[in-house]
Amino acid sequence: MIRLSIPVRQALARLTLPVLIAAAFGLMLLGKADTVMAERAHMVLADTLAPIYGLLAEPLARLRDAADSIGLVLAQAGENVRLQKENEQLRKWQAIALALDAENTTLKANLHWIPDPQPSFVTARVVADASGVYARAVLLSAGPNHGIIKGQIALDDRGLVGRVTEVGARSVRVLLLTDLNSRIPVILEGSHSRAILTGTNGTRPRLAYWTEDVQPIEGERVVTSAEANAFPAGLPVGTVHYNSQHVPEVEPAARLDQLEIVRLFDYGIRSVLPPEASIARPAADRRR
Amino acid sequence: MHERTPGIRPRPTLRRQLDVTARRMFPGATTALLLLLLAAPLGLPGQAELQCALVLGCVFFWSLFRPASLPPLLVFGLGMLADLLSFGPLGISVLVLLIVHGLAMLWRYDLTRQSFLMVWLVFAVIATGAAALQWALISLLTFQMLPAMPVFFQAALSAGLYPLLAVVLAQAHATVAEPARA
Repeated sequence: MIRLSIPVRQALARLTLPVLIAAAFGLMLLGKADTVMAERAHMVLADTLAPIYGLLAEPLARLRDAADSIGLVLAQAGENVRLQKENEQLRKWQAIALALDAENTTLKANLHWIPDPQPSFVTARVVADASGVYARAVLLSAGPNHGIIKGQIALDDRGLVGRVTEVGARSVRVLLLTDLNSRIPVILEGSHSRAILTGTNGTRPRLAYWTEDVQPIEGERVVTSAEANAFPAGLPVGTVHYNSQHVPEVEPAARLDQLEIVRLFDYGIRSVLPPEASIARPAADRRR
Repeated sequence: MHERTPGIRPRPTLRRQLDVTARRMFPGATTALLLLLLAAPLGLPGQAELQCALVLGCVFFWSLFRPASLPPLLVFGLGMLADLLSFGPLGISVLVLLIVHGLAMLWRYDLTRQSFLMVWLVFAVIATGAAALQWALISLLTFQMLPAMPVFFQAALSAGLYPLLAVVLAQAHATVAEPARA
């Protein structure tokens, strides 16, 4: 340690804060100029923390389940009646679905329909909420050599969740469809009108740019559109809901507030991808 | 410097030195731990805002009452950790926390003599400024006007949680974080 005189040491101490504030500005510029480096820094930390949070996730989920089950026990009787009614309704729908499926199969057979290729998928556990104050995202834990690439589509058991935006060695970040930067081409199923689903950071993303002559109908199903070749057609997104300001929003089908397990589908769509993703692909192949 | 003043002191054994070091590291270590803990999948509503609010409160409190244990470089590190954990643009939490630290250091001779209510009031103003600055910087760096609602929510949460945080930290300040009690 170099011995410094007291005035010099005091002057140095007084300089530290301005220098560090300048460094913070430098960091901001650097993070903006070199996004690849910033992303790598984020993913290195995420990779380190994902296994730890993965271990934590299970007991935490069990704790939450226990708390939920207490509430469930209290509401059992009413819930049973509701479920029986819903079951009846669902049985009716099942009959209709089976009939339609059979009809569809025969029609497709008559038409020599070329079936869509079955997409491959991997399943991953959500280990952390990677949202900030101004972003909505989740962090998934993935094993080494997971083969997940940017732009893959995340679904839970009910519907669309979002898209993979950052890939690390052991973790993957998925931008939710509610994020402010999320734009998803969709089709309103009733009118077959196209629209764009724009995230607002709120719980319900908004519909925009629908065809002028049709108005979204409350409760109408919304599915993805193959427009722009970013998504395959027909993935369930949610249902239309008008808010108090009479703006059409979409209630997501996926349970975005309690995601636990997410499937990442590879539909082989490579049209809207950042440049480095195309380089990552052959490297991943070579490793195998 | 404490070591240079004359007086009777216990012998600086290894155990004692470790104890003093641990106490000096308490503010930084607990704040970092709080950051990591609040990034865990706890499923709390508004967890991201809660993280910002608590870290801001911690940095303000320790900068005011024990700046020797929270040097600017440590504040820089905490800001960096917060930025990396939140996947936001780098450097924003760093700048916000450093400015809060700087203001607390600047005003500490007057503020530490004031009542708690006064300190709280000043913190509420600082928290509002910090939330607004964070909003402005993220808007600037992502080239879009972000919704302004989170600013008010975050400021209110920071100010509202500060008394609770201060009670806990004041306890720690007098006991586990006090190097003189080693």
